[in-house]
Amino acid sequence: MLEKNDGQIIFPPVLGASPQKLLIKNGRVIDPANSVDGQLFIGVEQGVITLCAKEVPADFSPQEEIDATGMWVVPGLMDMHVHLREPGREDKETIETGTQAACAGGFTSIACMPNTNPVLDEESKIRYVVQRAQDSVCRVYPIGSITKGLLGEELSPFGEMVRAGARAVSDDGRSVRMANIMKNALNYSKSFRIPVICHCEDADLTRGGHMNEGAMSTLLGVWGMPSIAEEVIVARDIMLASYTGARVHIAHVSTAGSVRLVRDAKKLGVLVTCETCPHYIALTDDDLMTYDTNRKMNPPLRTLADREAILMGLADGTIDVIASDHAPHVSEDKDVEFDAAAFGVVGLETSLAVVMTYLIEKEILLPSELVEKMSLFPNRILGLAGGTLSKGSVADITIIDPNARWTVDSRCFYSKGRNTPFEGFNLHGCARYTILSGNVVYERKGQS
Amino acid sequence: MPLTIKHLLGLKGVSEQDITLILDNADNFYEVLQREIKQVPTLKGITVVNLFFENSTRTRISFELAEKRLSASPLNFSTSTSSVSKGESLRDTMRNIEAMKIDMVVVRHAAAGVPAFLTQCTGATIINAGDGLHEHPTQAILDMMTIRQKLGRLKGLKVAIIGDILHSRVARSNAWGMTTMGMKVVLCGPPTLMPQHPSPLGVEVTDSIDKALAGADVVMMLRLQLERQGSGLFPSIREYRERYGLDLEKLSRLTKKVLVMHPGPINRGIELASNVADGDHSVILDQVTNGVAVRMAVLYLLGGGGENA
Amino acid sequence: MKKIELLMDAQALDRALTRITHQILEKNLDLHNFGIVGMQTRGVFLAQRIAKKISGLEHIELAPGVLDVTLYRDDYRTAFKQPSVKVTNIPFNINGIDMVLVDDVLYTGRTVRAALDALTDFGRPKTIQCAVLIDRGHREMPIVADYSGMSVTTRSNQEVALKVMEIDNEDSVWLMEHEAGE
Repeated sequence: MLEKNDGQIIFPPVLGASPQKLLIKNGRVIDPANSVDGQLFIGVEQGVITLCAKEVPADFSPQEEIDATGMWVVPGLMDMHVHLREPGREDKETIETGTQAACAGGFTSIACMPNTNPVLDEESKIRYVVQRAQDSVCRVYPIGSITKGLLGEELSPFGEMVRAGARAVSDDGRSVRMANIMKNALNYSKSFRIPVICHCEDADLTRGGHMNEGAMSTLLGVWGMPSIAEEVIVARDIMLASYTGARVHIAHVSTAGSVRLVRDAKKLGVLVTCETCPHYIALTDDDLMTYDTNRKMNPPLRTLADREAILMGLADGTIDVIASDHAPHVSEDKDVEFDAAAFGVVGLETSLAVVMTYLIEKEILLPSELVEKMSLFPNRILGLAGGTLSKGSVADITIIDPNARWTVDSRCFYSKGRNTPFEGFNLHGCARYTILSGNVVYERKGQS
Repeated sequence: MPLTIKHLLGLKGVSEQDITLILDNADNFYEVLQREIKQVPTLKGITVVNLFFENSTRTRISFELAEKRLSASPLNFSTSTSSVSKGESLRDTMRNIEAMKIDMVVVRHAAAGVPAFLTQCTGATIINAGDGLHEHPTQAILDMMTIRQKLGRLKGLKVAIIGDILHSRVARSNAWGMTTMGMKVVLCGPPTLMPQHPSPLGVEVTDSIDKALAGADVVMMLRLQLERQGSGLFPSIREYRERYGLDLEKLSRLTKKVLVMHPGPINRGIELASNVADGDHSVILDQVTNGVAVRMAVLYLLGGGGENA
Repeated sequence: MKKIELLMDAQALDRALTRITHQILEKNLDLHNFGIVGMQTRGVFLAQRIAKKISGLEHIELAPGVLDVTLYRDDYRTAFKQPSVKVTNIPFNINGIDMVLVDDVLYTGRTVRAALDALTDFGRPKTIQCAVLIDRGHREMPIVADYSGMSVTTRSNQEVALKVMEIDNEDSVWLMEHEAGE
């Protein structure tokens, strides 16, 4: 029985606010929302942050202490693009296994996409997810679908979904094909102050494709999906957002053109935000040389020039969020010839380490920017109060060890999905502690 | 010097020495095909599976003939649909076949990368008979054998490959293999039937048939798949024929006497006029004969062997 | 490998071939139903020389055939790597004729066995006779040389190496031995 990364998910007897008084000492506290970055003590009582100071008051007397020497103490991380597969494909992942994977990855909250079976396109389906996730080791915020059944024809009832707990709408997995429907969706979303999250893909341009259209697809003899298929719809959705004054969030940006479009739109004051994924940060279509189906996803891995533009976009603030697009699959769907393999890779348990290895160590992002893009901004975009260590806020905290060195072994994952593009990679950094409402729900021992 | 490759998955990256070795052996297998008894006992007891997931009569028959002429035991496994829709995974299909104790697999599949995938599923020797839009190495080798047979050499010759390059694995294997052998290859076709990013092919690309034919020693015509007409890749067969079809009129404008080749099957009157296909420029039937010789050489060189590394 | 003994120099080689030629002519009286086939590689050159000597003596032009037995070996499955197939070309009808197979060295007899198999695919000669320059013993098959230039006792770690002017720039037969560790 493989010890999962030397880490352990700890289920407190009742997952609510922890009664324990917790002191986190000697850590570097990074809280950009409060412009904090320095050696500080964090104190937690009744599941709420009550102390953030250079010294501990004598009467604090904690029952539990965590020595965070050499580590970063940050607001609980949030992954706003996760596929939990439940309801419908519990063989691929359940809310239980998905939230455990998130917790082990250092996330205290996640937002899950509605392309389940049935689709989360009405109140009862949203409620189902909320209820199933109630005692999880990670907070789950459902995203409702834009259109009923993801069919792109009729709008889902945004109001009742929001009332049931949805924080945004998206037809992720596909674009809303008809521009007039998208325009209606954007207009309607304004009443609920929720963002419309866009999966941008012109399906006519990508039809039959399995990887990025480029020199690599020519070399491998695989039909390609051109970068313009994404850009054409990014442009459309930005312009519709601009016209309607609605808020739009571009999911999984993967091309240089998309980054440029978002950058220009922001300059013009369009209410657009966007996210990219760790695999676009670390990999390119060159990494498909061996037809590895664990590197097949949609949007696909792009060229070096696209990757460089993504890094630029992260560094200059064009890209607001890093989210994993965690998409677990069963092995039967991946252990086949490339053309027949399902699209999607898991990411919850490698996301943080990939960002540490490829962005922090390479000084493309500052630690405070990591916290912004993986905690503060996702919370803000979804209208949530998390992402800060302000006094009085819920004690959702992640303690990051930037010096950890470990090798990715998918057999150790909490996720049911083993389809990682980073198998065998030596990564730097991990979450040592994941703390939810003041409860330590995950602890990772050892060098790794 | 023996062959350095263990499988034949494609011609990209295969050395000049290995290609020459196959060609030299193929020439001598050609002699076997001229004998009265066109069979040698060399591969007796070796089982070869012809795993054809894509419909193909001529290539499969060519391989089967090569196997029989070498006294190997061929096993034919054909299915016209992908294994996935039949419910059995490719890996399981391969495992089941291997349980019957086979030595070599000749595989054709609509998905690129399948031959490489099979090398991970089985210990048998894998020969690629065409994978998706990727490679068709034995076709390119028989094309080169035919050219060498007729013109006495390969180095320095100019070959124009004309037609639907985008969907042609034959064009790609030839581009890579012929460049390795020191030949100059030009790919020609309408921009809609050319890969958007042709640089990995490493050869000149043009949409002008006159430019492609200028100075050519060999002209290889590719089949236009008529089913593609509705897909918007070219406006009409008439326009395609006019701009990219080969007929006596276009041939007569050339100063050299060129060899005319075609991997088959031919759409007579579309990419190739009948009188050219049947005329004295054409070596199309030689290609077919040489195909058996080349496949015999490949089976012979890759098969058998105790410690074949 | 190191040289042990010079078995034949150019002169001895030539005399041996002359004697073999005379022996062949003694036994094969009807040269119009007769053929010579040299085995790849060096047997080919020996066959050519014998054919030339015959034409000098009997004033009849004989075109020797060339036979490669690579495809008829018995070790395809176990061989480390496959040797290249070389040219086979027998430009005459072998049915009903007396024929002489010419090779440089007769050792285990397996090459001659393969040649007999190959020839069966070409037709049915009246007789097949075997002429070798050196018979080095260690037969593993019931094969006998009808004509032999020289018999030599050898060990299995030794080799008999024929060099011919046509490709090696000298005429000689050396007994060679594998050095320790080879």
